[in-house]
Amino acid sequence: MDFHITYMADDSHNRRDESRFKNIYLLRLSYKTGSRTGLNMDLEYFSQLFFGGLTRGSIYALIALGYTMVYGIIELINFAHGEIYMIGAFTALIVSSVLTLFGMPVLAVVVLAGMAAVVYSCSYGYTMEKIAYKPLRNAPRLSALISAIGMSLFLQNYVLLAQTSDFLPFPSLIPDFEFWEPYAHILTSPELVILITTVVVMILLTFLIKFTKIGKAMRATSQDKMMASLLGINVDRVISVTFVVGSATAAIGGILIASHIGQINFYMGFIAGIKAFVAAVLGGIGSIPGAVLGSLVLGWTESFFTGYISSDYEDVFAFLFLVLILIFRPSGILGRSQAQKV
Amino acid sequence: MTVKNELIKSILASIWFMFLTFPIMVIKVNTVTDTVEWRWYNMAVVGIGSFFISMLWRYLIRKKEEGSKKEKKDTVGPVQRILQDKKYFLPGIGAALLFTIFFPHIFSMYQTNIMISALIYVMLGLGLNIVIGLAGLLDLGYVAFFAVGAYSYALLNLHYGVTFWIALPLGGLIAAFFGIILGYPVLRLRGDYLAIVTLGFGEIIRLVLENWNEFSFGPSGIANIPKPGFFGFELSLQATTTFTFYIIVLLVLFTIFVINRLQNSRIGRAWSALKDDEVACQAMGIDKAKTKLRAFALGATWAGMGGVVFAAKTTFINPASFTIWESVIILCTVVLGGMGSIAGVMCGALLLILLPEYLRDFGEFRMITFGTVLVLMMVFRPGGIIENVRNTYKFEKSSQS
Amino acid sequence: MKPILEVKNMTMDFGGLRAIDNLDLFIDKGEIVALIGPNGAGKTTFFNCITGIYTPTSGDVFIDPDGDGKKERINNLKPNLVTRRGLARTFQNIRLFSSMTVLENVMIGCHAVTKAGILGAIFRGPSTKAEENLIVEKSYNILEKIGLAKYVNELAVNLPYGAQRRLEIARAMATEPFLLLLDEPAAGMNPQETLELDALIMKLRDNEGISILLIEHDMKLVMSLSERIYVVDYGKKIGEGTPEDIRSNPVVIKAYLGEEIEEDA
Ligand SMILES: Nc1ncnc2c1ncn2[C@@H]1O[C@H](COP(=O)(O)OP(=O)(O)OP(=O)(O)O)[C@@H](O)[C@H]1O
Ligand SMILES: [Mg+2]
Repeated sequence: MDFHITYMADDSHNRRDESRFKNIYLLRLSYKTGSRTGLNMDLEYFSQLFFGGLTRGSIYALIALGYTMVYGIIELINFAHGEIYMIGAFTALIVSSVLTLFGMPVLAVVVLAGMAAVVYSCSYGYTMEKIAYKPLRNAPRLSALISAIGMSLFLQNYVLLAQTSDFLPFPSLIPDFEFWEPYAHILTSPELVILITTVVVMILLTFLIKFTKIGKAMRATSQDKMMASLLGINVDRVISVTFVVGSATAAIGGILIASHIGQINFYMGFIAGIKAFVAAVLGGIGSIPGAVLGSLVLGWTESFFTGYISSDYEDVFAFLFLVLILIFRPSGILGRSQAQKV
Repeated sequence: MTVKNELIKSILASIWFMFLTFPIMVIKVNTVTDTVEWRWYNMAVVGIGSFFISMLWRYLIRKKEEGSKKEKKDTVGPVQRILQDKKYFLPGIGAALLFTIFFPHIFSMYQTNIMISALIYVMLGLGLNIVIGLAGLLDLGYVAFFAVGAYSYALLNLHYGVTFWIALPLGGLIAAFFGIILGYPVLRLRGDYLAIVTLGFGEIIRLVLENWNEFSFGPSGIANIPKPGFFGFELSLQATTTFTFYIIVLLVLFTIFVINRLQNSRIGRAWSALKDDEVACQAMGIDKAKTKLRAFALGATWAGMGGVVFAAKTTFINPASFTIWESVIILCTVVLGGMGSIAGVMCGALLLILLPEYLRDFGEFRMITFGTVLVLMMVFRPGGIIENVRNTYKFEKSSQS
Repeated sequence: MKPILEVKNMTMDFGGLRAIDNLDLFIDKGEIVALIGPNGAGKTTFFNCITGIYTPTSGDVFIDPDGDGKKERINNLKPNLVTRRGLARTFQNIRLFSSMTVLENVMIGCHAVTKAGILGAIFRGPSTKAEENLIVEKSYNILEKIGLAKYVNELAVNLPYGAQRRLEIARAMATEPFLLLLDEPAAGMNPQETLELDALIMKLRDNEGISILLIEHDMKLVMSLSERIYVVDYGKKIGEGTPEDIRSNPVVIKAYLGEEIEEDA
């Protein structure tokens, strides 16, 4: 893998140069950028980009949901959310490797590894909230934000030290389906699975929030914490549940993307997390359909931008996008623009 | 029975963390040889460690809660008392100055170089302190302005032969200009959005430097940047290092002077008020955007000057020196030291930069420690090691009234 | 004499909610006027609209500090500019600068009428020094006037509740307003403190010549202080006039005051 330890120009500071693998880990969804001749090819290229963007967007959506839910409830940008996604992928890899070595059948490995990843991501999300955010519930927002950055830094380096700084190959958990063969040149089977999973998760989540008791409690808490607690809602519990649910969706995203790209690294969560955040803001932070919509829009724009214009500036583009949205429409596509109550 | 309760809680925490860290800390799969390494030793360490840490944690949280029930006091810690007492303060400053003056002559060039790096961080920390400590704006792209300063010097020198002394103020100005350009649109945003947008800007600048080969020579960077000149004399390497050391010391002193003046001024008070309550601040006639922009641009100026010194010191720069983590490290020095407190930020920067240098084995734990420091400081001591104390005023009349 | 503040046809919508509905209001120089109404009537929203914190959906706000007929429309001004025009306010939910001392809170209020910038701060020339001294002196004088001088160097958060409310007034006074907007200044005060507040507001008007618009639920205070009263309910004006008019206005009594006024007055 293209990973070196280089030294910072300043000889007295040797630190790992993260920028080396800045782009590698991004969602590179194999575009065949072969020769493009004729209308037919153009159409096919276009549909590749379209579905590539859709897949990319679905994965952003799985991560963005966690951001948006947490923000909706405690108005905190959980910087460490991308790290949860990374830990989900690592857990899946470790568990699946061990089980494979024990000689378990593939299907059992996939299911168990997936479950382990979700359980562990949720546990990390839960613990993180208890340690780094709960004591800061009444502190200035700046404090919680700094704490979140610290948590992100901690988790990245925790995995780096306990595991490795190298890229690890990740087994392709999703097989190529035979029945899908005719369409595979436009949308591969793994991409199909990603899309379907995302849709299912989305439906479950909507159900959870609209129709269950805890979902109602979540909505109440997000509107007015004080009032909710007066009405007997256990706000601490609602917040914990939010972190757990957000972490679970992130873990699913982590496994899907890792198996799709075929490699993971301790740094994978950071940029993906930032981009998912961009998506959440784009859609209107705090709004769940917004997060999905924003993710798809970001996925498509990135996909078409890199496909038709240039892939060198892909990340620049994503950040520029964020800046422009925040400046011109800070409430996002579906967000309610609200005057702050004074 | 509280002891028993405590023990149970600690044991539960211990079990929980052993469970939590199990896959990542204990199992290590070697994908080449297809073998699993079981590191049970780690589990024991986590188990025992979290047992005691959870006890300590709960004790500290309890203490903090008791503390917050009492009246919020502007506590004057021992450090501030010494800082305020002229009897200790003046000799202390004198000794520090003497030590600084003779430092390059007592210690080796290697040590001096490390000290120069540390002092660059002190300057960056103090600059960021204007933005975050005084004005309360979380700027995660601070290193971008550092990069702007460094590249300004490197490129101006390369193309136009601009010398260090001209580049120093110029680098500051260019960075300030960038600060204003970038700050103007984003400063209307709420605090947490600002953090993300500045982070985005920081990355944009780094990525542009990395990809725009014709302009910045891409990842390979720019080499052979001249060190600071001394009225056109040729200096030995040793002498240049000493000279650079004095330059950065003077710059740090200058920074302290300026920040001290700013802090106790109309502008400084406006920043402080803005940090506390934006709405009330505007209702007091303070122009929110303008006040923020001033802090942002001033902070950028210092980053820019720091960048020029950095480029001159290392004679080589590339985009890898300006990652987001550099911003986080600077943030960490400010948070550890004490947001808004000059002495605090200096201590924080020296501690965080020098300690890992001298504790070699500690090197790989550097970043994880920074992460831990950020969380722990926020949870237990948001004011930092040396908390900022507010100015008080004396009135003769007040004794009569 | 022309009114110093004139609000015409003001409406403010929050999504589907009409918080203020076609409200007219004026204040003459030297008047103490009260704005009353049940909880959620839109009183605070009205203040926010006048002071530029919200932009009203429609309507006009004019000021005329000298009462000479040269009106200025201030609808679209930012809050800081409104304050600089001479409209100062306090907040219902106290919004002091909690990490700053009492004196510094008032010193912030002087911001609107002073001008030292960054260079001034760094070089601290004679004019900056003089300005600094002036700010400190002026702030201290205001604190003495409001009766908070003994707290000068205390942190604002540590003050008793009533004192915090008065500090809000002191801070607003420092911006040198011609019209002071007080949002429930007596909320949370005990009867003794309320009496002192009554005297203080009178003093501000009589000695400083500042006109006052006040939102208050304490009817006794409202009736004793104000020369005219506006009553709003669901954002609509349902009554206006002298305290006697209001006391006997059947619509008002029905909508809101009812028994309360009998008991209190
Ligand atoms: N920023 C806002 N967004 C949405 N609705 C708002 C906002 N500000 C106020 N409102 C609504 O407008 C209505 C009027 O509120 P306002 O605070 O002005 O009442 P008030 O008369 O000051 O009441 P009180 O006597 O309780 O202070 C309320 O229904 C309130 O919920
Ligand atoms: Mg109100």
